[in-house]
Amino acid sequence: MWAYVVRKLIAAVPVLLGAALLAFLILHLSPGDPARLVAGEQAFEEDVEMIRRQLGLDRPFLVQYGRFLGSVLHGELGRSIRTGRSVRDEIGARFPYTMELAVTSLILSVAIGVVAGILAATRPNTAYDYGATLGALAGVSTPTFWLGLLLMLAFSYYLGWLPASGRGGPLWTWEGVQAMIMPAIALGTPSAAIIARLTRSSLLEVMRQDYVRTARSKGLIERVVINHHALRNALIPVVTVVGLRLGVLLGGAVITEQVFAWPGIGTLIVTAISSRDYPMVQGAILVVAFSFVTVNLGVDLLYALVDPRIRYEE
Amino acid sequence: MARPLVLEAPPAVRPRFEAVFLRRLFRRRLVIVGALLIAGVFMVSLFAPVLAPQGYDDQDLLKRLRPPSPAHALGTDMLGRDLLARIVWGARISLMVGALAVSISLPTGSLLGLLSGFYGGNTDRVIMGLMDVKLAFPGILLALAVVAALGPGLYQVMIAVGVNQIPAFARLVRGSVLSVRKHEYVDAARALGARDVRIMLQHILPNVIAPVVVLATLDVGTAILASAGLSFLGLGAQPPLPDWGGMINQGRAFLRTAWWVGVFPGFAIMLTVLGFNLMGDGLRDALDPRLRT
Repeated sequence: MWAYVVRKLIAAVPVLLGAALLAFLILHLSPGDPARLVAGEQAFEEDVEMIRRQLGLDRPFLVQYGRFLGSVLHGELGRSIRTGRSVRDEIGARFPYTMELAVTSLILSVAIGVVAGILAATRPNTAYDYGATLGALAGVSTPTFWLGLLLMLAFSYYLGWLPASGRGGPLWTWEGVQAMIMPAIALGTPSAAIIARLTRSSLLEVMRQDYVRTARSKGLIERVVINHHALRNALIPVVTVVGLRLGVLLGGAVITEQVFAWPGIGTLIVTAISSRDYPMVQGAILVVAFSFVTVNLGVDLLYALVDPRIRYEE
Repeated sequence: MARPLVLEAPPAVRPRFEAVFLRRLFRRRLVIVGALLIAGVFMVSLFAPVLAPQGYDDQDLLKRLRPPSPAHALGTDMLGRDLLARIVWGARISLMVGALAVSISLPTGSLLGLLSGFYGGNTDRVIMGLMDVKLAFPGILLALAVVAALGPGLYQVMIAVGVNQIPAFARLVRGSVLSVRKHEYVDAARALGARDVRIMLQHILPNVIAPVVVLATLDVGTAILASAGLSFLGLGAQPPLPDWGGMINQGRAFLRTAWWVGVFPGFAIMLTVLGFNLMGDGLRDALDPRLRT
């Protein structure tokens, strides 16, 4: 197991370096003089020169990247051009809200997806099965931001049941739960659809296996066959996808947050991009990429713990 | 110059592959729905000048935010522009985004996958290592980084979405190449003195193309969806271009008073993407029934 852990940890290093390089390149690939971009259009030439020296933009490329990596490793992400506040503090204040939204919608989509998939697989070729299949297809084809607006239209403006935007409070309060419902559903729908389809096909596959036939021929009732024999094996591929979905949800949250004015990191990134606040964009992209890698690493390790066969592959 | 011996195919006794394939493809009713949706969007974008009741940027400030009526079937937006006209013209943008994104990801990804699978060794390790790095972070981050660097715009979004899909093609093609390259006809071609490039293009590529077609079809839908998301954030096509995602973004401000501005373009996106997804699923089942979901 330890060899596996070490191998996975080593494999994460180039990914993190790649993410850092991407964040680093943003400023350098932008058309125009980076120092001028940071200083602002109207800055005096002396100020631009000072910023160039301060940021080390007059040094060779690799030296710059090395220094960038060094400061990132020290947790130093610079200051926002727009607000002048520390990027690390701004992101630190908002990232938990993004995480909260992503995790809630993951839990919701797993619950809905797995149940819908099981129901469809155990009643193949019925109206229910077709309904679930079509629903899942519609789910992956619907833009999440549009779904969010439809929910808002129905449940906030017409029915008045839920608040249209903002985070109502912590999740253990009623206001918090109410405010979370629509963003979590909008963000989680494609994931629920994908998980439902996967659960259905995986369970149908497993139901054809010999050991399921054996269980049936022992005279076990169908519910026991499914719960104890089929489902455990059918859910293995689902577990992998669940891990990957959390990363997708973290990214997708950028858009959903915009719809519901959720105070997470997504709103921060979009504002930063449109105001050309480079340190903020770099910092936010780094943080999301790092947490994505960390989550995937965690899932890999968890997965190896659950299914020992994984450790010996490759 | 001696030409290699070419064996002619035996006269057809079985039904042709194409016929069997098409029959298998269109046996599923959902595939027909998908084909109709795709054909519909194509026709709409092709005949936009005829179908659209007016230009996409023809404003009439006296008729702002009018609800759907016989004069404006889907209502008007905040500048008095006919929504139906904008959605019809927008079909062109959506299809163009999908097509261009795939025309970046498909050839690049397939080539990388082909090289990686065919040569193996260090070539494989380097290419797949790079692909893994890319796959290891969410697609939207790369897109946001590209837009942050190059500025917002339709072309930037197409590039970002296209680049994002390269690893999927590379992995898929590599996997297929690994299984195809062990076949005897590849050894035979090599024994006849065929060069690597010829073996790859003439003998391996045709045998790995089927799953690539499936992925490309699904990918058009994904690209349309992704670019709509970026346009919704205001980072894609800039006004007054009638981009569906951008139109939803504009409609957001009037959701309470004029819901039609933001709601109708969403149906256009959903139906288009659904069409490509249905078609992609159908192609997968018809090409390889074992993969049936």
